[in-house]
Amino acid sequence: MNNIFVYCEVEEGIVSEVSLELLTKGRSLANQLGCQLEAVVAGSGLKGVEKQILPYGADVLHVADDPRLEPYTTLPHSAILIKLFEEEKPQIALMGATPIGRDLGPRVSSALHSGLTADCTSLEIGDHEDKKAGMVYKDLLYQIRPAFGGNIIATIINPDCRPQMATVREGVMKKEKINANYPGIVKQLEVSKYVSDLDFVVQILERHTEKKKINIKGASIVVSGGYGVGSKENFKLLHDLAAVLGAEVGASRAAVDAGYAEHDRQIGQTGITVRPKLYIACGISGQVQHRAGMEESAQIISINSDPEAPINSIADYVITGDISEVIPKMIKYYKSNTK
Amino acid sequence: MKGLKIIVLAKQVPDTRNVGKDAMKADGTVNRAALPAIFNPEDLNALELALRVKDTLPGTTITILTMGPGRAAEIIREGLYRGADSGVLLTDRAFAGSDTLATSYALAQAIKEMGHYDLIVAGRQAIDGDTAQVGPQVAEKLNLPQVTYVEEVISVEKSAIVMRRRLENGVETVKSPLPMLLTVNGSAPECRSRNVKMLMKFKHARTITEKQEATEDYTHLYDHRPFLYIREMTVGDIKTDADQLGLTGSPTKVKKIDNVVLQAKDAKKLNTSDEGINDLMRELIESHVIG
Repeated sequence: MNNIFVYCEVEEGIVSEVSLELLTKGRSLANQLGCQLEAVVAGSGLKGVEKQILPYGADVLHVADDPRLEPYTTLPHSAILIKLFEEEKPQIALMGATPIGRDLGPRVSSALHSGLTADCTSLEIGDHEDKKAGMVYKDLLYQIRPAFGGNIIATIINPDCRPQMATVREGVMKKEKINANYPGIVKQLEVSKYVSDLDFVVQILERHTEKKKINIKGASIVVSGGYGVGSKENFKLLHDLAAVLGAEVGASRAAVDAGYAEHDRQIGQTGITVRPKLYIACGISGQVQHRAGMEESAQIISINSDPEAPINSIADYVITGDISEVIPKMIKYYKSNTK
Repeated sequence: MKGLKIIVLAKQVPDTRNVGKDAMKADGTVNRAALPAIFNPEDLNALELALRVKDTLPGTTITILTMGPGRAAEIIREGLYRGADSGVLLTDRAFAGSDTLATSYALAQAIKEMGHYDLIVAGRQAIDGDTAQVGPQVAEKLNLPQVTYVEEVISVEKSAIVMRRRLENGVETVKSPLPMLLTVNGSAPECRSRNVKMLMKFKHARTITEKQEATEDYTHLYDHRPFLYIREMTVGDIKTDADQLGLTGSPTKVKKIDNVVLQAKDAKKLNTSDEGINDLMRELIESHVIG
């Protein structure tokens, strides 16, 4: 009782990355709190799914396996979590800040009248003293997230309501298997006890998945390349850095015209205007037309072999050097500092 | 088929997207009071989606519901200028300090007082919090089906609606019975601009509080034009449990706020040395810019 629960997303038998990352985080929080880690998975054809989940340290895995549970729709998945949480009374419940987690989490938290914090970038355990009420709360979940367009970092707590719920974006936490044969228990849920026919009123008529659309405008970090990147091959380095940072790749018009990047990625007066938290300009000289599309970025890093590149005048950090040397180092030291 | 009664949930928010120099304090933090108050962008996408239903289904009416301080009536007028039919401002000190759950509760209780509706449309999320929680929580409180991340209503049939929604890596066409609640994604069509005729018609639309505070005397105008009346609801107009309102009704509490310092004064110059790049990445992680 009062364990940590992680809702695992699954599609066509594959558990999503963010769920595995949350299991890893949940495991370390459970160790800190001296409780168990439990996972819930709801979908179809889930035989053997425990092999993907238990190695991350889940002590119990609840499986709801029913053809009607995949693809995901809101009501049946909510019904399962609401009832299961009422039975098991978790102290903490985590899910991915994905379109599914952000659809499901609020519905569940509303039904249980428990607090939910979206898009946390860090989760910690700590105490809280409410001086007015003369109360001390031990071992709360600190849900830490940027708010107000990234201009503030807020630490949110749920002193009285349980479970303390949080969603976390993919890539924020690190995943780590702890033992391929971790001895967790698998519990099959009797689905008909958790969902009713009324939960299936929303029908999916058609569904098609496609390659991820480029979404530079919505990205909080943009790694952008100019003519100075030198070749399409070198542009791959930018994609590597973007993948690690959870960023999107942009390009200057010169880089697009040279065929280094797709037109959809063009940033500037005739392309997209972006205002990310961080803009990493690689081999971009910084003509006015390009600057018009990015100068309102909160922070700008310029990587350029030319120390006099005009873009350097609006940059917060200027790295003078070759991108083929600098980018691999950025990846290396990002990884070593986030472990 | 007759028209639908649609409620659009909208919020007035500080414009956190364009934090210009004027809104920066000397210490590099944001002066929130200096940010302009705007119609939350995705709520405008929501309004456009509702207006398109109205375009295809004559007889459809759109009521904008917003919760906020008195000045939030501005976004109701903004909605009226673009084609909404009426608005309700839910405003009371009792709602102060509400988190998403207490907000959803108040909105749901207000909706119960607003009479029959077929469809509730909300923006996916507001830019001051980015939580995307109020839509689904209102749906749960009203026991309605929800569909999130909607881009387009494809058809409205007898007591059912078919819509296209965005997935992480694709799209889905779903059918839901009415009444239901949907939230609209920013990738949906942008809202049409103000209509000059509507602007003329509604420019004097006021809440009762605004009328009392107004220096101009338009009393005769309101007597003859009841559509200029923006309904104001306070906590006394809706059935509520005081334990579920405002700060008391909010399970989440803010323990601490740290300001992010946005602007470095001068560029830091680095070369390709391992040490410099290591320090840079660590600094960016520690200041929550990345990671």
